[in-house]
Amino acid sequence: MKTNGGAALIKSLELEGVEVIFGLPGGAILPVYDPIIDSPIRHILVRHEQGAGHMAEGYAHATGRPGVAMVTSGPAATNIVTPLADAYMDSVPLVVITGQVGTAGIGTDAFQEVDTVGMTRSITKHNELVTRAEDIPRVIREAFHIATTGRPGPVLVDIPKDIVDPTNPNSAMDWYWPDSVDLAGYNPQMEGDPALIEAAARLILASERPVLYAGGGILKARAAEALTALAELVDIPVVTTLMGRGGIPDDHPLCLGMPGMHGNYTAVMSMQESDLLIALGSRFDDRVTGKLAEFAPHARIIHVDIDPAELGKVRRPDVGITGDCRLVIEELINAIKIFGTETQPDRSSWRSTLSGWQEKYPLTYEQSQTGELLKPQFVLEQLRDNTPDDCIVASGVGQHQMWTAQYWKFNHPYTWINSGGLGTMGFAVPAAIGAKVGRPDRMVWAVDGDGCFQMTAQELVTAASERIPVKIAILNNAYLGMVRQWQEMFYEERYSEVYLSPDLPDYKMWAEAMGCVGMRVESPEDVLPAIQRANEIDDRPVVIDFRTDAREKVFPMVPAGKSNSDIVVGE
Amino acid sequence: MNTNPTEVRHHILSVLVENKPGVLARVSGLFARRAYNIYSLAVAPTNDPSVSRISIVVDVESAPLEQITKQLDKLINVLVIEELAPADAVQRELLIATVSVTTSGHDAFRSTLGTFSAQVLQESGDSFIVSLEDTPERLDVFASFLGSHHLAAIERTGRVALPRLG
Ligand SMILES: Cc1ncc(C[n+]2csc(CCOP(=O)(O)OP(=O)(O)O)c2C)c(N)n1
Ligand SMILES: [Mg+2]
Repeated sequence: MKTNGGAALIKSLELEGVEVIFGLPGGAILPVYDPIIDSPIRHILVRHEQGAGHMAEGYAHATGRPGVAMVTSGPAATNIVTPLADAYMDSVPLVVITGQVGTAGIGTDAFQEVDTVGMTRSITKHNELVTRAEDIPRVIREAFHIATTGRPGPVLVDIPKDIVDPTNPNSAMDWYWPDSVDLAGYNPQMEGDPALIEAAARLILASERPVLYAGGGILKARAAEALTALAELVDIPVVTTLMGRGGIPDDHPLCLGMPGMHGNYTAVMSMQESDLLIALGSRFDDRVTGKLAEFAPHARIIHVDIDPAELGKVRRPDVGITGDCRLVIEELINAIKIFGTETQPDRSSWRSTLSGWQEKYPLTYEQSQTGELLKPQFVLEQLRDNTPDDCIVASGVGQHQMWTAQYWKFNHPYTWINSGGLGTMGFAVPAAIGAKVGRPDRMVWAVDGDGCFQMTAQELVTAASERIPVKIAILNNAYLGMVRQWQEMFYEERYSEVYLSPDLPDYKMWAEAMGCVGMRVESPEDVLPAIQRANEIDDRPVVIDFRTDAREKVFPMVPAGKSNSDIVVGE
Repeated sequence: MNTNPTEVRHHILSVLVENKPGVLARVSGLFARRAYNIYSLAVAPTNDPSVSRISIVVDVESAPLEQITKQLDKLINVLVIEELAPADAVQRELLIATVSVTTSGHDAFRSTLGTFSAQVLQESGDSFIVSLEDTPERLDVFASFLGSHHLAAIERTGRVALPRLG
């Protein structure tokens, strides 16, 4: 069948099962936007290409399916660089299609030309400049395969205008769809090596103070159920990292919550004092280890990761297993069952150490006095306790993100969406929109900072016009709060360029101008009614401006560069 | 700066890649990102024209090299990576140079070329273009011999290497 590159591109996306594209057209990608009119694929017109990228990420986080974004060349390609980097750091499966100037113009500084593949080479799992129309179906097929298998990640496909423009002979091609993907240099290893699995099982069964250290890989591998089963089988506690929250339900008795720079005392110290860390889809990030030389000094390490380049990158494992987390955990469970768990050492003193810490060092904050601004933790508790258990929550980056990670109860996997590795301010609003598009059946809240909100709020126009009813809680402390916290603690309270103002902009009016319902809440008794009202609105987005106390700091805290054992519990 | 190619920290990576645009940039980018210098680089297609071999000599500690090697392996277009310890590899490099030698020294010059098994590719008056294909160490010696004459230009290819037999 005769076709052209543009029609073939859209057809290829349809065959990949794409249900939604987040994007914004422009000169170079124009020919591809024409066949979209006749395609069953939903297109969501964003207001800024960064929004398209983060929406695609939110969609992928919530559904486990690859997110797709499509933008034009030049400034649109540069606008989507941040989401690509974000997805690369957090292993989010994305396929991003960028328009490019015609093949004859490439390299001539043509209008809206940038070297998109050169620019994104180090922040994509793979990228490709397609130069012939007939390569399009194959490259699209490969892009989805690469994005979604092995360690997931973003793949960018750069498409020159002439090969998709039906009026240009360069776009002519015969339609085909490859039956399979043939990539000689790409064979992710899924199953763990049986000898290593056995060695890991023996270490686990002999350990006295073990901790399961579950990262984002658990969720990427859809291994949450397997993780819980393993934890229960061997009766070993689990910490869930910022990216792994929800990997085991927070209300599970074996769940210790989040470790790391703002982790809770028990989670942080359990790792420090453990004799065996079983790292599953986690990468010994500096925000988790604190000062590396003093991290978990007595622990042996089992490290399971789909990406062999993670094993030994930071801490050399005693047993390093390359493989898919879900498969390896299932293999571990089988091996452990064969050995039997009866021979495990008595771990009652370890358990009582942990529960002693939990009792002694719970997360705490002081309620506000009358007349004071809201406590952000109080707002979060109210939100947590008055939304469905399977509510999806997205956050920006800063104090509000850490409080959400600490105070929310993630009792379901795939309900927590945040920017961990890159720490991208402005992530929350578009990510929440993408999540709601992917999971229209779920309630989706974003907890955002006032600083973050101002970076990508324009996407609420997208949400309003597409009738995507996300709900945004701005913890408005009038500051770039996290930076303010560091200046208070480490720069002698010299506040440099962190004050924003509580009412410039007027968030309520801004929300209303964008077609959302806007509310402002200043006193504790108004928090719940506002949340309840927001929960009932299902035909447009809602923004609540919660006026919070800027003096509030995130604790516990392991100061940067310090050992985890120097954890500061509070003031 | 360490310029001696026979230093201990030297490693040779022999990388088979898909013969496609951009692949060399992907490979070299992993070194550039860490500000590691590539000491020498040779790339050419293998007997399979869809596959090229890149021979990279880098001056890196073993630990980061292990990490770079694993990350190289993650590149979709990289097929096989082999790290060759200098002792386990047969290495060759080609040097060509333009030198001027005073007329009275021609005979001695030619006879020294003979001891190196170097060739004269072209000559004109007192100027010679000479070439030698040998181990990098022998090329170093040859280069310093040439340096004792009037050396107008010298070029080396970067080394190619294969694992030793047996
Ligand atoms: C794009 C970007 N710029 C700067 C930063 C550095 N940064 C981290 S947190 C933060 C403050 C965020 O302020 P806000 O959104 O109000 O959140 P808060 O900490 O007050 O809760 C800043 C500036 C960043 N992470 N991302
Ligand atoms: Mg703030």
